[in-house]
Amino acid sequence: MNIHEYQAKALLAARGLAVPAGRLAATPEQAAQAFDELRRPRAVVKAQIHAGGRGKAGGVLFVSSRVEAEAAAKKLLGHTLVTAQTGPRGRPVNQVLVQEHLDLARELYLGLSLDRSSGRPQAIVSARGGMDIEELARTEPNAILCEYGDPDHGLAPFQARNLFTGLGLPHEQMKPAMELILALARTFIECDCSLIEVNPLALCADGRLLIADLKMAFDDNALRRHPDIAALRDTAQEDPREVEAEQYDLSYVGLDGNIGCMVNGAGLAMATMDLIRLQGGEPANFLDVGGDATVEKVTAAFRLIEKDEHVSAILVNIFGGIVRCDLVADGIVVAVGQVGLRAPLVVRLEGNNAETGRKVLAGCGLRITSAESLEDAAAKAVALAKTA
Amino acid sequence: MSILVDSATRVAIQGITGHAGAFHARLMLEYGTKVVAGVTPGKGGTTAEGVPVFDTLAEAVARTGADASVIFVPAAIAADAIEEAAAEGVKLIVCITEGIPALDVARARAYVRQRGARLIGPNCPGLITPGECKLGIMPGPIHRPGGVGVISRSGTLTYEAIWQLTQIGLGQSTAVGIGGDPITGTSFVDALELFERDEATQAVVLIGEIGGAAEEEAAEFIRAHFSKPVVAFIAGRSAPPGKRMGHAGAIATRSSGTAEEKISALQTAGVRVELNPARIGRAMQDFLAGR
Repeated sequence: MNIHEYQAKALLAARGLAVPAGRLAATPEQAAQAFDELRRPRAVVKAQIHAGGRGKAGGVLFVSSRVEAEAAAKKLLGHTLVTAQTGPRGRPVNQVLVQEHLDLARELYLGLSLDRSSGRPQAIVSARGGMDIEELARTEPNAILCEYGDPDHGLAPFQARNLFTGLGLPHEQMKPAMELILALARTFIECDCSLIEVNPLALCADGRLLIADLKMAFDDNALRRHPDIAALRDTAQEDPREVEAEQYDLSYVGLDGNIGCMVNGAGLAMATMDLIRLQGGEPANFLDVGGDATVEKVTAAFRLIEKDEHVSAILVNIFGGIVRCDLVADGIVVAVGQVGLRAPLVVRLEGNNAETGRKVLAGCGLRITSAESLEDAAAKAVALAKTA
Repeated sequence: MSILVDSATRVAIQGITGHAGAFHARLMLEYGTKVVAGVTPGKGGTTAEGVPVFDTLAEAVARTGADASVIFVPAAIAADAIEEAAAEGVKLIVCITEGIPALDVARARAYVRQRGARLIGPNCPGLITPGECKLGIMPGPIHRPGGVGVISRSGTLTYEAIWQLTQIGLGQSTAVGIGGDPITGTSFVDALELFERDEATQAVVLIGEIGGAAEEEAAEFIRAHFSKPVVAFIAGRSAPPGKRMGHAGAIATRSSGTAEEKISALQTAGVRVELNPARIGRAMQDFLAGR
C-alpha cells in the first residue's frame, strides 16, 4: 500500500525525524493561508498523488507569495496529473503540500527495501540524489553504496557509518546522517514497510540534513497489524475497479485492451494475457478468481468485466485441479444468467471432469463458445473481439 | 529417485482440523502420502481423517517420527508454525498459507536455515513426487512418474504445464512450487542444485514470472553449474509496470523484474524459453528430441 508524501512525512515526524516545515491544503485559500503560516520568503506547492515523476510533469510549483501559492494550488487541485509513472489515466490531485523552500547544498539518495534474494533489509545510498535509482544502478553501479541489515534489528551503526563515509559526508554531518538512517531502518522494520525512499535527502545551505522528498510503501500482508497505517489508505488514488474487486476477494488489474479475462490462479491469469497478446489481441484486464472459482466469485467477476465498456469479448480460462470443471461450468451458466453478458464469451475448461463441464456449457442454451484448448480459446476470443 | 520427498516421507499436517487442512489431508492420504500426524492446539487426543491429532508439533514428532510438515494455519500465525517445525527437527517444511507479512517470512526463513531445515513456500502449492508422495494442494491425477523436474512460482499455471507434459507422455520426477511471495524458503537455484544431483531427473521445466531476480539468478546458476536441458516459461510479458499481479511477489518496475529481462538472461544461459504457455510441454518434447 502506498501513502502520500505528506502522510509519510507526518509519520516520520511523529517518530522524531526532521522533515521540512509544511502544511497540507485542499483548497487554494488553504494554500494561501499555509504560505502565510510558514513565514518563509519562498515555498514549494507539491501535488499529492501516489506516483513519482511529479516535478517533470508540472506537479511541483515554486512560489514566493501567498497570491502565487493560491494560484499554484488552483492550477493543481481538482485536476488529474499524468506523470511518467501514472500511466495515461493519471491520478487525481485532491491535496497539495505547501512546504518551505529548501536551499540545497547537496542532494543525496537514501532508500530502504527488503532484498528478496537475501531476505534482508537493504539500505542504498548515493551521492547522486534526485536521480532514478534503478536507472543509476544500471548505468553507474559504482555510484551506489549498499548494506544489508537484518530483519529483526534493521541496520547496525557501523553499517550506517560505512555508507556515509563512502559518500564522503563531512564529519560534522556524520552523526545526524547516521541517526537518520538508523531511525529509518527501525521504522522500516516496526511499520512493515516495503519501501522507504528519501530522494533527495537534502544537505541544506544552513547545515540542516532534511528529508526533502519521501515515498513510503507498506507490505499489504502486514496491514492488519498496523490499523493506524491502514487508515492512511487513499482509494481515490486507485483504480475504482480494483477497489471494487477487492470487496469480492478477487484480484483484478485494469488494462487498456478489449478482451476481458477471468482465470483461476494468478500465474495462469498472466499467462493467459500473454497468450492473447501473442495471438494479436489485447487483454482488458488481469483477473484471478481464485483456485476454486465459486459461483459467487464468478458472478462478481463477470459483473466487473461487464463494467468495462471497452470489452468486446470475454475469455474464461479455468484449469480444474481440485475443483471440478462441471461444477465450475454450472457456476458459469448461473452467473451468465444473472449478469446477462453483452460481449461474446469463450470458455476453456481443462482438468478434472472437463468433458462433462464442456457438455454443460454446450447444452445450456446460452451464447457460450467452448474451446478445445488454451490456444484455441485465445484464438477464438481474439477473433471475436476483432469482429465485434 | 526424486528430490526432497519419496514414499518414505512421514508427514505431519499443521492446522489439520481447519477447512483446507482437513480437505487436503484427505487428498494427500488418498494419494498414498504417509500422513502420520496432525497438529491443532486444543484438539490433541482426537483424530482427523483417521490421523491422530496432537496439541503441539513437539508431541507429534515424538510420537510419530514425522520428518516433514505441511502448514495450513492462518497467515497471522504461520511464521510461528514454520519456526515450531524447524525447532522440533522437522527437516522439510512446506507452507501453503498465503498472506504472511514479508518480514515474518524473512525471520522464519533465517531461523529454518540456522536449524539446517528446508522451507518450501510460503504461498505455494507444495511439492509432489508422482506416484509416491504429495505434500500440498496440487491435483494428484494430472501427474505421472518420469524424468522431468518442475520448478515454479505459480499454482494453476504449474498444473497447466504438468498436464501438458503428462498428456504427451513426459512424466515428472518431482514438481516443486516454490511460491509467489517476494521471499521464499527455497529458490529456483536451490531446487536446480537438487535436480542436478538427482539421477532420475533428465530435464527441468522452470516456470517464472515478473518481479524480483530469482530467474536471473537461476540463469546464472544454469550457465555455470547445470548440465541438464531446461525449458522455461515466464509469465507476465503483458503485465503493466508498477502493478502487483495477484501474487505478492509478481510486480515489475520499469527497469527491473520485467519478463523480457528474465527471458533474455535465461536464453543467454542456454535455456529454451517458450513464449506460448500452451506449448510448454511440446517445447520440452522438441528440446529433448534435439529439435
